[in-house]
Amino acid sequence: MENHDKNSRRKFIDKGLKLGLATAIGGIGLSKLANKLNAKTENNSGHKMELMTTDGTLIEVDSSEVMEMDHSINEDEKYNIREGMPNRKFVMVIDLAKCKNALKCVSACNKHHYITGDNAWLKVHKMQESRDTASYWMPRTCMHCDQPACVTVCPVGATFKRRDGLVLIDNERCIGCRFCMAACPYSTRVFNWSEPKQGETSEITMELHGHNPSIEHAGLPSVKGTPDKCDFCPHTIDKGELPHCVTACPNGVFYFGDKYEDAVSNGAVTLRLSKLLEDKAGYRLLEELGTAPSVYYLPPVDRLVDFKDGLKDYKKFESVEKPD
Amino acid sequence: MKNYDTLLNDLIPRKFGKRGTIWTVFLILIIVVGLIAYIDQVNKGQVVTNMRDYALWGIYISNFVFFVATSFVGSVTVAVLRLTNNDWRTPIVRIAEIISLAAIVMAGITIMIDMARPDRLLHLFIYARLQSPITWDVIIVPTSIVLSFLLLYFPLLPDLAILKKYHQKSKPNFSKWYGKLALNWTGSKIQKSIQTKSIKIIALMIIPVGILLQTIDAWLFSTTYRVGWDSTNMGAYFISGAFVAGVGALVTLMYIIRKVRKLEDYITEFHFDKLGKYLALACLTYLYFNVNEYLIPIFTAPVQEDIHLNTLISGEYAPLFWFAQIVGLILPLIILIFKKGRKPLSMFIVGLMVVVGSWWKRYIIVTPTLLHPFLPIEGVPESWHHYFPSMHEWLITAATLAMALLIITVLVRYLPVIPIQRTFDEQELLKTKKTTES
Repeated sequence: MENHDKNSRRKFIDKGLKLGLATAIGGIGLSKLANKLNAKTENNSGHKMELMTTDGTLIEVDSSEVMEMDHSINEDEKYNIREGMPNRKFVMVIDLAKCKNALKCVSACNKHHYITGDNAWLKVHKMQESRDTASYWMPRTCMHCDQPACVTVCPVGATFKRRDGLVLIDNERCIGCRFCMAACPYSTRVFNWSEPKQGETSEITMELHGHNPSIEHAGLPSVKGTPDKCDFCPHTIDKGELPHCVTACPNGVFYFGDKYEDAVSNGAVTLRLSKLLEDKAGYRLLEELGTAPSVYYLPPVDRLVDFKDGLKDYKKFESVEKPD
Repeated sequence: MKNYDTLLNDLIPRKFGKRGTIWTVFLILIIVVGLIAYIDQVNKGQVVTNMRDYALWGIYISNFVFFVATSFVGSVTVAVLRLTNNDWRTPIVRIAEIISLAAIVMAGITIMIDMARPDRLLHLFIYARLQSPITWDVIIVPTSIVLSFLLLYFPLLPDLAILKKYHQKSKPNFSKWYGKLALNWTGSKIQKSIQTKSIKIIALMIIPVGILLQTIDAWLFSTTYRVGWDSTNMGAYFISGAFVAGVGALVTLMYIIRKVRKLEDYITEFHFDKLGKYLALACLTYLYFNVNEYLIPIFTAPVQEDIHLNTLISGEYAPLFWFAQIVGLILPLIILIFKKGRKPLSMFIVGLMVVVGSWWKRYIIVTPTLLHPFLPIEGVPESWHHYFPSMHEWLITAATLAMALLIITVLVRYLPVIPIQRTFDEQELLKTKKTTES
């Protein structure tokens, strides 16, 4: 008996709810319809306008229907600092045969990135494969890998890879764990172990040069407890110029360009990238690791056979020129 | 066979004597000095350490790895011995649980000391990226802390109730606290069954979590391209190393606590003998993975790896490497083979050797690899080519070690180091068995 009672009550509540819901929806629908009808009759000005649709057909519309709207925004085309410049892919080619260890690239890089400590972003290494081969000079920037080990291990996404090929650092997000530095097989990254000594000078000079502090300059200004590294100079690319190391090199060692355009330039000549790499057997550093760098090297073909002759004026490389 | 009162009298936590007070004050002093050094490090930046662009990780990381390894003792003794029904474990499990908790808590603190921007700690959660091994650590370390705490706490409930009763008249304040912590434990059948079930679940969970913790720790290194880290052997190598470090720490502390608290009747030579065999097993496993890590690669080492192995075996790091291998592994193994080697005092010395060896072994794993990058170290001051910890690093590291010891000391002071209720129950069981047999 009790059971039956409960059941019928449930049924009643159930039906009631459904009915109520249906009425509510119906009511809203009706009022909307009524509104529309009202609007049409009230606001029709009788004045017609001729318009062209995007596919080119002409249509006639009542002028009251015409409204102003914003331009359609394509999110893909919009510049996003973490996404990079659309439809570009920056690459660098370093011709080792031309490098004479002039170190102008280093000083230009240091100057324009306000590097004052012992940690230059750009280095020139003295390389030798084995004892019986001649040595050669090898400038090393950030490789801006397409499979960057540093980005993989970053726990907070402070270092990131952009579609235009650049690997940059958000110094305001970095927690300073240095895992990226441990992961980088090229030892590219440098760290601000103490408060960077750039001080106000850098801020003032940055202002003068129109640099706004942003994550687009991987580490500019440097922030204590975070890493810096070569940023491929997006601030010069913006102005349609070449990175500082490219323009500073007296021997035309560095070429910079866009892989999609298949062209690289060292300031003096512009070459077809694919042909250059094919003709001169271009390779990438530690290719076997699978990091897929954006920097290509051309082999050091003109080596000094007796390297010691070349070392006459050699002085131990310092990251920042120090007064004697 | 002891009656309940003497048992209680023997096992109840006691006030420190003079030695205990001096020891505690000493630990607190070291911690204070370390704290000052740390504040200085935060202010000036990590320039106060000797870490630089090449040796970018130092003893903070190796010390962290050491703590993580030591915390493995909870999984490997308490849980494993429980699941394998090794009844002799009763008097040693609580010490193991205490070490495990202290070590994992300190591991969590130590890794934060290594962060150059501790002020951005929250970023680890706000911007967390699951693909980074550090995020795995952020997940597994707190999990281990919680599990280690519960593994200590749940079996403690009956003893806390006993302590409440014991202190009721003499120290009502103490009694109140113990009572609160005992969660109204009365020892009823339902309570007991819930407790047993919970402990069983935690014991089952802490083994995979412990193994994961050690492995993730190894993956911090093996997910990089570095020579000496990029090895598939790393995970198993770290687990076996943790097995050694954990049991070594347990043996050492067991001896000291037994001596200070005069527990010779409870922790007997039999227990040392058993643990000695267990430690020997750990050392053998570790030796196996060491052979895999250092000896076999010699045959096929490419140039880079050859240079790395040479600095370990005969170069700059040879003294430390051989110290860690011989004093921390081979000598203990030889001593433990003999029955005389498994006597308490000798076990204490072996335990110390193992713990010190384990600490330096982690140093050897972290430092030399960083100083052998693929491209030559150039363009940096001469001092950046080498690494040895600075005064700040030593002081801070000493403080973390002291803090771990302080946690252990405090817990030993306020908790019964040997489970009272269980020891009593087991004795009763033994008694009834004997009477029914006779």
